[in-house]
Amino acid sequence: MFYREAGQFKTSYDKDQAVFPIMQDRWFIVAVILAAYFVVPFVADEYWLQAVIIPFLILALAAIGLNILTGYAGQVSLGTGAFMAIGAYACYKLTTNIPDLNIVVAFLISGLMAAAVGIVFGIPSLRIKGFYLAVATLAAQFFVLWLFNKVGWFYNDNPSGTITAPPRELFGVTITGPRATAEARYFVSLTFLVIGAVVAKNLVRGRLGRSWMAIRDMDIAAEIIGIRPLQTKLMAFAVSSFYCGVAGALYIFCWLGSAETEAFDLLQVSFPVLFMIIIGGLGSIIGSIMGAAFITVMPIFLTNFPPMIGIHMATDLQKHIEEIIFGGMIVFFLIAEPHGFARLWQIGKEKLRRWPFPY
Amino acid sequence: MEFLNAVFVAPFLDIADSPVFFAEVVIGGLMSGVMYSLVALGFVLIFKASGVFNYAQGAMVLFAALTLVGLMEHGAPLWLGLLVTLGVMVALAYAIERFMLRKLVNQEGIILFMATIGLNFVLEGVGQIAFGSDVKRLDVGLPDKSFEWKGILLNTFDLSATFIGAVMVTSLALFFQYTPTGRALRAVADDHQAALSVGIPLKTIWVIVWSVAGAVALVAGIMWGAKAGVQFSLVLIALKALPVLILGGFTSVPGAIVGGLIIGVGEKVAEVYWGPVFGGAIESWFAYMLALAFLLFRPQGLFGEKIIERV
Amino acid sequence: MKFRSLLLGALGAVVCVTGVAVSKAAYSAEQFIPMLVYRTGPYAPSGIPVANGFRDYYTLVNKRDGGINGVKIVFEECETKYNTKQGVECYEKLKNKGPTGASLVNPYSTGITYQLIPKSAVDGVPILSMGYGRTSAADGRVFKWVFNFPATYWSQASAFVKYVGRQEGGMANLKGKKIVHLYHNSAYGKEANPTLETLAKKYGFKLTLIAVDHPGQEQKAQWLQIRRKKPHWIFMSGWGVMNQVAIKEAAGINYPMDHFVGNWWSGSDADVVPAGAGSKGYKSATFHGAGAGWGVHEDIVKHIYGGDAAKAQENKMGEVLYNRGMVNAMFGVEAIRTAMKKYGNKSMTGAQVRWGLENLNVNEARLSELGMKGFTQPVKVSCSDHETSGPVMFQQWDGSKWSFASIWVPPMRDVVRPMIEKDAANYAKENKITPRKC
Repeated sequence: MFYREAGQFKTSYDKDQAVFPIMQDRWFIVAVILAAYFVVPFVADEYWLQAVIIPFLILALAAIGLNILTGYAGQVSLGTGAFMAIGAYACYKLTTNIPDLNIVVAFLISGLMAAAVGIVFGIPSLRIKGFYLAVATLAAQFFVLWLFNKVGWFYNDNPSGTITAPPRELFGVTITGPRATAEARYFVSLTFLVIGAVVAKNLVRGRLGRSWMAIRDMDIAAEIIGIRPLQTKLMAFAVSSFYCGVAGALYIFCWLGSAETEAFDLLQVSFPVLFMIIIGGLGSIIGSIMGAAFITVMPIFLTNFPPMIGIHMATDLQKHIEEIIFGGMIVFFLIAEPHGFARLWQIGKEKLRRWPFPY
Repeated sequence: MEFLNAVFVAPFLDIADSPVFFAEVVIGGLMSGVMYSLVALGFVLIFKASGVFNYAQGAMVLFAALTLVGLMEHGAPLWLGLLVTLGVMVALAYAIERFMLRKLVNQEGIILFMATIGLNFVLEGVGQIAFGSDVKRLDVGLPDKSFEWKGILLNTFDLSATFIGAVMVTSLALFFQYTPTGRALRAVADDHQAALSVGIPLKTIWVIVWSVAGAVALVAGIMWGAKAGVQFSLVLIALKALPVLILGGFTSVPGAIVGGLIIGVGEKVAEVYWGPVFGGAIESWFAYMLALAFLLFRPQGLFGEKIIERV
Repeated sequence: MKFRSLLLGALGAVVCVTGVAVSKAAYSAEQFIPMLVYRTGPYAPSGIPVANGFRDYYTLVNKRDGGINGVKIVFEECETKYNTKQGVECYEKLKNKGPTGASLVNPYSTGITYQLIPKSAVDGVPILSMGYGRTSAADGRVFKWVFNFPATYWSQASAFVKYVGRQEGGMANLKGKKIVHLYHNSAYGKEANPTLETLAKKYGFKLTLIAVDHPGQEQKAQWLQIRRKKPHWIFMSGWGVMNQVAIKEAAGINYPMDHFVGNWWSGSDADVVPAGAGSKGYKSATFHGAGAGWGVHEDIVKHIYGGDAAKAQENKMGEVLYNRGMVNAMFGVEAIRTAMKKYGNKSMTGAQVRWGLENLNVNEARLSELGMKGFTQPVKVSCSDHETSGPVMFQQWDGSKWSFASIWVPPMRDVVRPMIEKDAANYAKENKITPRKC
């Protein structure tokens, strides 16, 4: 009833090609972003921001990065953790060695560093495909973490082998380090996610995005119609790693504050980010965000729900049951909708269009 | 200069200097390789017959080992424990087919992969609820004694593990080659639809394959469990099997064995002779780098089926 | 239809999530202590006894003494799976519970400890990372809120060297001896390396560092190297499955087990079980006794398990890591008690407990009152020294139980303390902290 595009006429190609051609969509997105900026920080307490929302925002950024590589360009990667680690360590080196560097610039340079390494590890993708490539990206994952663990230069030779985010300011507000408020860190992460999502959305519907999709759907055919696989694939690796690198820097600077390489472990980062894009929907920006929300929020919800309704179990038993439910839900979702939340979102909009008179 | 010497000269001089120790390293590598192959085998069986990259193989190893140890702790003799555990694994295979695979027919590989990750969580949870998270000692009565043979230290446990691995591979190869079920399995692996059209029951085949993979997981669980105790970490040995898998090819049983041996020897030699130069613990990524190097020449792995692409 | 049910389910989930709110009920005379535990996951075999030790000691104080000076201890477990991300969630959830918030936090994970160190000052929750975490936190001038008594990894490594010297008949005999440090390739495992390197120079022993990558199920290459080197002593900084495999491999190459010494995270009951008889003679560092023969254990059996010793054993009572959890809980409780002496018998805030930790003085007399005489050593914390350089004990596994194998070995404070102060100063500089005067 409310979601109708009747009466919205497009009078130019530009309008026809808009990201959100339907007015209601536009408003909805604007409302969500406004709410994220002006409502959430006043409603959520520190627990919500620190334990749920900030990690969700940062991982969503990483998920967008991986989705560009896997969902759009079709190159499965399990090396997300490594690229995030590169971003984090690069940012640590930059901020500690050049104390006057603007922190946002440091984040962006860290992303570029990750992109450079991403290109190197993307080279095998020209020859190796599918699961073979996925397992091959594990070489990046293990090698990079080993390197950061082994070579003292990366963590300024401190004996504890960990990196700690030094305090930095932006517009006079401390946004990193222990004294930064959760709200400040929330705004920074949110801004990065919003800008990242907008850029990604525009990237994937442009020429580059189309050539990525052509490569994904059939690389030989794409080559024949004149898309150069080398540049296209490496570009996908570069852009994806850039996103992951920035996300990695945020992960340490705006969330954990201090960590060792273990924080970027395969099972702690690489796999969960992959889950996010599969559950969210391959080849969808909004899907990445929804997937990230599901994977970060669901376990926390499952932990806190039983005590809330008065069920108190032994800690370990509850955790096991939680795991079983979580695993079961993944399988259930895949059976119900293999294309993830993005597809559900689409179906939802279709239904809404016909509501309340479905046929 | 010193570094180049340490990388390109010293290790080789070292090898030439004490060939007995080098032989020991190689033999040690071969034995570790067999252990990796045992895990990789489970992956290969399932990928071959159903195209599923089964991430839950590690959890299946844990689950099988936990079940066996749990039964034995309750006083069951070994043979009974093995029998019941096998039964449990068959039931599990049936359940997986009935509630998961059947509903995901024709989905993309990555979706199936994701589903097995879900399965992984479920198995981890159920296994630990039923049998706890403590480390348990598994003693299946294999002799565990070290002895020297011409200056090379050997361990009877490693030898028997190698022997068991060899027997398993041979019997699986024979099973695939000569039995009607084996032939049907190969047919399914080649082409699902063609196999269906000549009357091969796809669902039964899947149950059989997952059951066999379950049995392989049990053997792997016993071997690794006897080494480090049966505990949650068994899940992580799946990571050890992945380079073996890409090196040997996802679809080849002999590939899993040869790949395992190459990785085993390669990483041991690298760690012992080159590890100290780089600061040690290079095994973890070296295996992947080695596999990657092989892949650049054969993108389908050593024994994988040639990937034919058509436009 | 399918879609609708999905949608409804999702809506329901959202509603429930928004309903999760941290309730702050107004208790009085209760002291809240958060418990970050890991009873599941790869490190559960170590996490379970630790968590049980904590739980039983708090329960004992409540049941036997009616709380700390009449203030009841309230504790809540939160499962971290030894995972930093979940640790953050747990900490945030628990830090404001109870009438005065979390009194102190025992993270029991290197990653979570590092993550919490910068926050502790801001949140006002002191960290008691007993014998783990960041070594340089021993410098209380920089790390006001972090405590790692009775000894750090560096002190422990120096105590190990001293112990070896004694076994070899004098420190002079260390010259030319070969010692291997087999370590978990992580921030934790590498901790002891600088200390051992310094000492190797000082005493002239040959040190070889051999790393084992996480998780450490496969160590053939490392043990081949060791077999070839034939070291006189092996020191191990292992964790989880790595310990069990290492002990098994050591037995496999017929290494003399009484020259194989683990650090205090490599010497629990779970570590020696899988190797069976092969582990007999293995040693490890510790700072408290093993077994259930102390007064405090009798109290636990009597007050918690109703005299049923078998049930207590089933709950891991007397295992090394159970006792560690218990000692850790004891120090926390004594710190709260110390704080109450100054601030009165009511619920203590984090800041007050921090004062209590800094002025903690558990002497022999107090230990005997607690039924822990000989079980662990007295501790006296000060403003500048959060470590106290307590002595280290070396225990030995005799095939069925751990027993003390040495006298208490004091660490080499003269070597370790300057290193700690140097690292703490670096940290202060990097993070713009002005060290306080003590």
